[in-house]
Amino acid sequence: MTILTRRNFIKTAAAASTLPLMGRAAFADEPLKVGYIYLGPVGDFGWTWAHEKGRKAMVDHFGGKVVADYVENVAEDQSATPVIKDLAAQGHKLIFTTSFGYMDQTLEVAKAYPDAKFEHCTGYKKADNVGVYNNRFHEGRAVQGTIAGHMSKTGVIGYLGSFKVPEVVMGVNSFALSAQAVNPKIKVKLVMIDSWFDPAKEAAAAETLANLGCDVIATHTDSPAALQVCEKKKIYGFGQGADMSRFAPHAHLTAIEDIWGPYYISRAQAMLDGKWASDDAWWGMKEGAVVMAPYNKSLPAPVVAAAKKIVDGYMTGTYDVFTGPIADQAGADKVAKGEKMPLDKLAGIDWYVKGVES
Amino acid sequence: MIVDFLIPLISTVVSVSTPILLAATGELVTEKSGVLNLGVEGMMLLGAIAGFAINFAASDPQFADSAPWLATLAPWLGAAAGGIAGALGALLFGAIVLGLGANQVATGLALVIFGGGVSSLIGTGYVGMALQPFDQIFPDSLAQDPVYKLVFGYSPLVYFSFLMVFAVYWFLNRTRAGLVLRAVGENDISARSIGYSVVGVRYAAIAFGGAMAGIAGSYFSMVITPLWAEGMTAGRGWIALALVVFSGWRSGRLLLGAYFFGLFMTLELYAKASGFSFLPSQFWASMPYLMAIVVLALMSARGRGGAEAPACLGKPYMTDA
Repeated sequence: MTILTRRNFIKTAAAASTLPLMGRAAFADEPLKVGYIYLGPVGDFGWTWAHEKGRKAMVDHFGGKVVADYVENVAEDQSATPVIKDLAAQGHKLIFTTSFGYMDQTLEVAKAYPDAKFEHCTGYKKADNVGVYNNRFHEGRAVQGTIAGHMSKTGVIGYLGSFKVPEVVMGVNSFALSAQAVNPKIKVKLVMIDSWFDPAKEAAAAETLANLGCDVIATHTDSPAALQVCEKKKIYGFGQGADMSRFAPHAHLTAIEDIWGPYYISRAQAMLDGKWASDDAWWGMKEGAVVMAPYNKSLPAPVVAAAKKIVDGYMTGTYDVFTGPIADQAGADKVAKGEKMPLDKLAGIDWYVKGVES
Repeated sequence: MIVDFLIPLISTVVSVSTPILLAATGELVTEKSGVLNLGVEGMMLLGAIAGFAINFAASDPQFADSAPWLATLAPWLGAAAGGIAGALGALLFGAIVLGLGANQVATGLALVIFGGGVSSLIGTGYVGMALQPFDQIFPDSLAQDPVYKLVFGYSPLVYFSFLMVFAVYWFLNRTRAGLVLRAVGENDISARSIGYSVVGVRYAAIAFGGAMAGIAGSYFSMVITPLWAEGMTAGRGWIALALVVFSGWRSGRLLLGAYFFGLFMTLELYAKASGFSFLPSQFWASMPYLMAIVVLALMSARGRGGAEAPACLGKPYMTDA
């Protein structure tokens, strides 16, 4: 059962024929209704696709006890408010809003529906019935940066970003710091395309970075477009959100896979147990929420070993890329030597580290 | 050195501009006949999925032995399928606005939703698949040469887009049929009174516009990023629509406008990657839109000025009876 949006009304029509069946199931045993707000289409093979996988994992896990609906292609502006409100009005008791730009809209609707629980992905504003959750993707970025530091011959690597939001800034910084740990002189060129999903612009931006001398490009937008450019230009890239190696068998070195299922299951379980409380979840490699896709077979063994060392460091809690000394772009000291950047500071980060050209 | 830098830059400009140019050229003809079809984005998506699906089917390895020529032909079949899908979407629009006299704006918007919905429905089976890019027609000695590729290194659809701009210019301004089409767009009643079929001409113009939008869509799914992703045209159809207006319904200016848009979008990316961060990134992102409008506005101020829209644009006309 899908909600009517501009794009998927046809799918809805098809799904509508199954409505009578669902109605009967609902009478038998009132299931928990969970709602999801998606930024992109579920077929983006990236960010939204990963959340959709998580949603399906949750539904499968609970059998008939939990039903879940989603609305896709919801813009990150005021138009999101009525969409979230609709979900709440239809009796969804747990609503996940899965992008940074839904922060204030989520809080606004949460105020009007105190009975429903809300979870906002990648944000930092909480309320009694609004929790926030995110994955520590920057752990994966540290692995990518380490690989990029080893693989770059030009000493210039690229980062294709979407917007200057903490989630992306963290990724850029983690990528740059870990690459610099391998090669202190390495430069990171950053392009923000002001969109999460625009394959043609993502491709153009990747061509731009390649032309400016980048020979490894990390992607922080939602389609495999940049990877296809890397494959064509015979440089390296990384998948975003999922293993995208089939789009670029040579260029694809690894990918950060977003695994949301375990988190969604744990929160739905908390609702069923009546134990849900607003929290600030930030899962990473240790919890199985951030997983590296298989490394490309062409990667030299020492590089794979270096990458695995970072993963092991995060698994055992012995490594943190945001360990000082860290300076910002202008060279001002931000984190003192040996200190770790506290998580709350990291969650609101808005400055780039030294060596990032933006 | 400078050549090594400039030629890839130009190649990016071309790949950003081409789909907008293709779609806008088709819409120009549709609008010249007096029909406003706002459904360009929807027709592009139909073309994108049709092109991808047919190309994908034809390049299936199972034909490698029995029909090896099919793989070579696959992208051409894809582009043709894109054109046909776009034209079919457009003809549906035509049947509603010409056959039933429905409001063109509302019907065009419905076509956007329809195209998006149908394409994502068909596309569910193609998510995660990839194609060989349809990016080269000339032999490697020309297309891969660091200098000659400036002229020879593009997808056939790029040459096709140029060809079509000139063909449309020639058709509208130099042929009798073009004159009839313009007459229908300027004054449908008069055109009818001297014996031309207004509805027939408009059906043809609408189908042509749809086919061009469909081919533009297939450029996304077969050339820029040889993959299918829902909503992958990301609003370019609306840019094409705006370009037709800002170009004053002239094909030459359309070419210029599309390339200014592409140029400024590319420069935006170069500016960001080169560290011009003294201006917010949103400012750079708005530049292509702003500059395309400014350039075209300046040109029409220098020209004759005044309204150049076809007089019957968007007005319902139902029957030739």
